[in-house]
Amino acid sequence: MAAILAPLGRLLDSDLFYSFRRSPVTVVSALVALVCLVGAGLAPWLAPHDPFDLASLNLIDAFKPPAWMAEGDATYPLGTDDQGRDLLSAIMYGARISLLVGICAVLFSTLLGVGIGLAAGYLGGTVDGLLMRIADIQLTFPSILIALLVDGVVRAALPQEVHEHIALFVVIFAIGISAWPQFARTVRSSTLVERNKEYVLAARVIGLSRPHIMLTHVLPNVLGPVLVIATLNLGNAIISEATLSFLGVGVPPTQPSLGTLIRIGNDFLGSGEWWITIFPGAALVAMVLSVNLLGDWLRDALNPKLR
Amino acid sequence: MAAFILSRILQAIPVMLVVAFISFAMFTYVGDPVAIMLGQDFTEAQRAALVSSLGLDQPFFVQFARFIGQAVQGEFGLSYRLSRPVAELIAERAPATLELAFCAAGIALVVGVAMGVYTGLYRNSWLSRALLTFSLVGVSLPPFLIGILLILIFSVWLGWLPSFGRGEVVQLGWWSTGFLTWSGLKALVLPSITLGLFQLTLIMRLVRAEMLEVLRTDYIKFARARGLSNRAVHFGHALKNTLVPVITIAGLQLGGIIAFAIVTETVFQWPGMGLLFIQSVSVADIPVMAAYLLLIALVFVSINLAVDLLYYAVDPRLRVGRGRGH
Repeated sequence: MAAILAPLGRLLDSDLFYSFRRSPVTVVSALVALVCLVGAGLAPWLAPHDPFDLASLNLIDAFKPPAWMAEGDATYPLGTDDQGRDLLSAIMYGARISLLVGICAVLFSTLLGVGIGLAAGYLGGTVDGLLMRIADIQLTFPSILIALLVDGVVRAALPQEVHEHIALFVVIFAIGISAWPQFARTVRSSTLVERNKEYVLAARVIGLSRPHIMLTHVLPNVLGPVLVIATLNLGNAIISEATLSFLGVGVPPTQPSLGTLIRIGNDFLGSGEWWITIFPGAALVAMVLSVNLLGDWLRDALNPKLR
Repeated sequence: MAAFILSRILQAIPVMLVVAFISFAMFTYVGDPVAIMLGQDFTEAQRAALVSSLGLDQPFFVQFARFIGQAVQGEFGLSYRLSRPVAELIAERAPATLELAFCAAGIALVVGVAMGVYTGLYRNSWLSRALLTFSLVGVSLPPFLIGILLILIFSVWLGWLPSFGRGEVVQLGWWSTGFLTWSGLKALVLPSITLGLFQLTLIMRLVRAEMLEVLRTDYIKFARARGLSNRAVHFGHALKNTLVPVITIAGLQLGGIIAFAIVTETVFQWPGMGLLFIQSVSVADIPVMAAYLLLIALVFVSINLAVDLLYYAVDPRLRVGRGRGH
């Protein structure tokens, strides 16, 4: 028991936790993020209905407004969509897909960006020039455009049946590849500083290989800012995924994310069924905003200059 | 000056070549144009004849060079989906997107600078605080949600403005404009606000930060000491010196406006190039995608070039520094 409590006590005592507790905005956004995470992650167990169970769907229940409105039904707290699916459950399942895609895309761009940045910074010369030139070119285009193009090209290149199976991976790949230059630039600049330090020289003197020095000695020392960029990028990745799905080129309709739900709801906006699109939208905003605020806090808390 | 422009143009060429190469690779390796054009029944001789008439038996670089030659002349073949020349399709859709982007950029620039100057000068007034809070919303809401909210409020609930399309357009030669009819103007309002809101908040925050910075400098104090009017100090001295970064960011954001037009056009079913592109992506209409890709790249490269030149024209320090350097 003490073994578990000791690190917890240290955490509660730390500067990081102090700055966390001091900022009410951060605490609130952490709570919202936690609710989103739990609601999305445990959707199959927590959701009141299973939106994918076709047998339980009943068209009579379609277009029910939220429970607090006159025609609402208490079994459907946030109302139902055009097929009679419970909106709350659909949002929970949708947030699961959105989060999954977002997190995987950020992991992918982190791996790619850190690898490229490390190689560019440590190897220098032509490799550096070439890689950073590519990053510069990519940065002149908005990342959503890159993601759209990558998604479009892959979609065109693969036969329809194959694409449907791996659509989720295609979206992750497209969003991931659109965000790597930011990671690469940061890691490169800190690698340039680290590589001339004495411990790297010492490692070279004792004859360690370049990949070994890069991965076990330089890498741990350049990872600090990466965490912050990754958190801030998670919000962007979730928005990118929602945008792609809203445009109808993101995740497949069989696995609807929040963006897909918003797109479906958008068709019924004109006829007054606003809840079908507004609630998934609100969930998206809550998720993205809380992640971004946490990222902002993390950036400030880890920056020694601001303490 | 000439050397500066030349070096910028030389830097832009590889970018265009890379993009052209991607477009070309899409044409060549994605899908099989020969199979699409031949249809079901064909003989081997017909196939060979078509392959050689399309130049597909030529070496790779010859094909690439030919592709570039055709692209420069705006020749991208037929759209798979609509069976019409791509150049024609894009020319038809371009006015809608350009008018939308123009309005969005105009709103962002005029309102953004005005709000930025106001919040910079009166930083503690309640209106400034309200505007800053509002700008946070503008930054954190994804553009398509802003569009949906505007539609819900102003079209569905209030019924003031149309929720889709361009309204009535007037043909001026090949250019179709929505500026000349009342319904066309009404249709422009919501999409341009949606498209321009992000840029508006960005410009506002930038102008505000720069104004706060500049108002603290000695030459502003000196201008006040000379007894110049508030107006002359604020606009003639302060605002003028904030414009260099504003031009850069605003110029670069213009490209963002063209790119995000894809999203806005989808929300409002605006018949522009972005909607055409999205419809092409979902059915893998390669010729349209390739042409749009090249066009967007050209727009971005030109904007970057123009911003660099403008920067050079606005900031005399750059010219002096370079003059000494060489």
